[in-house]
This record gives sequence, structure tokens and C-alpha cells, in this order.
Amino acid sequence: MDKRIKDALLGGIISNPVFVLVLGTCPTIAKSTDVINALGLGLATAFVLICSNVFISLLRKVIPSSVRLPAYIVIIATFVTLVQLFLARFLPSLDESIGAFIPLIVVNCIILGRAEAFASKNSVGLSFLDGVSMGLGFTLAIVLLGAIRQGLTALGLAYFASSAGGFLVFGLVMAAFNKVISVIKDVKFEKTLLKEGD
Amino acid sequence: MSFVQIITLVVAGVITDNVVLSQSLGICPFLGVSKKTDSAFGMGFAVTLVMLLSSIVCYLLYHYVLEPLSIEYLRTVAFILIIAVLVQILDIVLKKISPALYGSLGVFLALITTNCAVLGTANLVIDSGYNLIETMIEAVSVGLGFTLALLLMSTIRERIDSSENVPESFKGLPIALIVAALMAMAFSGFAGFSI
Repeated sequence: MDKRIKDALLGGIISNPVFVLVLGTCPTIAKSTDVINALGLGLATAFVLICSNVFISLLRKVIPSSVRLPAYIVIIATFVTLVQLFLARFLPSLDESIGAFIPLIVVNCIILGRAEAFASKNSVGLSFLDGVSMGLGFTLAIVLLGAIRQGLTALGLAYFASSAGGFLVFGLVMAAFNKVISVIKDVKFEKTLLKEGD
Repeated sequence: MSFVQIITLVVAGVITDNVVLSQSLGICPFLGVSKKTDSAFGMGFAVTLVMLLSSIVCYLLYHYVLEPLSIEYLRTVAFILIIAVLVQILDIVLKKISPALYGSLGVFLALITTNCAVLGTANLVIDSGYNLIETMIEAVSVGLGFTLALLLMSTIRERIDSSENVPESFKGLPIALIVAALMAMAFSGFAGFSI
């Protein structure tokens, strides 16, 4: 497989937007109280991310670089408005629980970050893949936190439904993520040492 | 509106409904700019200023332009543009009239556009149906609450970063999040508190 395609596809895991880049923390903590909310917000964000990545990549030669940020924000806000209208019409119960955080997708730094760092420099196909990978990486992270918090809340620990519980679970999962990555790096390092020894 | 109502709004904005610790908004700058007390103070002040201005402009725009034309669905696009433009104007004006203040705030101004607490507050005052005076009080107290959380966090982090006892995988942000959890717990003690 082409290396760039592989990089774009694995980006969501290796440079996970939540645990590694630490972007989009506000919705992650606020709406990871249960799996359904987390999944809804994650997919809504992924949809906006994919659409804005594709659009910005298509327009990357048209938008003058001095006004690129306002232009990106308008493009992103347009897709967010689409999601808002869609949820209000077809999924009113989900709209009730995560509605306040949908407009805030506009200022989710993951989306503007990928627009600036990736879509403005790469082809449409790659930007689409990057959007899918990063969007799913975000969804995976927020659903994981949602599952942990919902499970602990269901055991009678109401603390984990509060924002304090959100901070705590997020911190612990991030530490675990760091640990796993450092273990993987150590193993790789030992392997190269062994190979050099041969 | 009475004095008691004003106090209620302020106490709720700064302490009981603290924007960072209980509403989970503005966490990116809360984690990113809380390493030093000086920069925490600068960021808090800049956010409060932008929050006040953008809430007023968004309030006027929503009630006098979007509502009469019944194009409320353009709210997200319009609000984020207003915030971006305001931040840009503030940047230019401050650079011109107060280079000293600009020197200490300049870096943070650009970051404020993507601070979700600002857009969140602009949306909140519209959804809660506040009038203009209530909007201004709410915006300032939410900004002060943000500054308070940022200052508390930065003083704690300055000490943690100089400590040797943090486990390797907790260094940096994970331990900051645990600290935030403890702070949020302390702040939730105010939850039942009302005037």
C-alpha cells in the first residue's frame, strides 16, 4: 500500500486526536456520560470532519492563504448547521441530550486542526481518508470513555456521571494509553538491539 | 432587575456553574495555557474581554437581525464569524493603542476564536432568554469563572511540574486531568448552594 495512504488511515490510532494530540477535550468530557450520547456526538463530529476535509481540499487552490481561517470556519459552520437541522428533524431525543454541544463542533480544534495541517496540503482522496480515520479515532475515544463512565455509573457510582468523574477517567485512560505506547516503543527498541546483535 | 438577581447570576457564573469545572467548556486552553500563572492570568483576562464583547454583539445580532428576518438557523455561522472578526479587531486595536498589553495578550488572542467557552456563552445567553444587562453580567461572570479555574490550575501545576514523584506515564496532561478532577469535585460542593 502507498505509504501516504497507510499513514492517513492509521492516523486516527497512532496520532489519536483525543489521547495523543489532546484536541477536542471539551465534548469528550462533557458528553461521554453514556455510550449513546458519545456515539452520536462522535459520529456527528466525524461527519463534519470528513465533509470539511473534502471541501477544503477541493478549494485549497482557490482560497487565498491570508483569509483561509475565516473561510475554513464558514465551511465548517455550514456543515455543522446541516447536522443541527438533521438532528432536530429526525432524531429529536438525541438532539435533546447533545443538542447544546452540536454548535460547538465548529470550535472543535480537531476539525480546524486537520483542515490546517492536512486538507489544505493534500489531495481530495487522502483528505477524505484522513477525515474518516481521525473522525473514527475521535468516535472510538469518546465511546470508550462513555462506556467506562456508564459502566461505573451503573454500578452505583454516581460520581462518574459528573464532570469531575469525566476528568478523572480521561486522565487515567490517557495515562494507560501513554503506558501502552511506551511499552510498544521499548519492545521495538529491544528488537532493533537484538537485530544489531546478530 | 434587583440586586439579589445580579448576585445570583454572578455567583452561579463564577462558582456553582463554573464554565470549566462544571460545564466542561474551554478545557483546551484550561489544559494548554495553565503551566504558568502569568500566562493563565493573561489568557483569563483576554477571554473575559472577548466573551463580554461577543455576547453583546451576538445578542444584538440575534434579536435585531436574525429573528426579524426569521433566519435563526444561520446562528452558528453568524456567531462564529462575529467571534473571529472581534478577535481580529481586538488584535489590531490593542497592537495600536496599547503595545504593552498586546505584548502580554497577543499570543492568546488568536487562540480565543476556537475557545468553545466563548461560543458556548453566546449560545447560552440566547437560549436562556436573558436581556441585554443580564447578558453582560453573565458574560463577565463566566469569564471570571474561567480565569479563576485557570489561575487555580496554574498555581497547582507549577508545583507539580517541579515535583519528582509523578509516575512516568502520568507526567504532563494525565496528572493535570486528575488535578482537574479533584478541583471539579471541590467545586461540586457548591452545587446545592443558592441564594
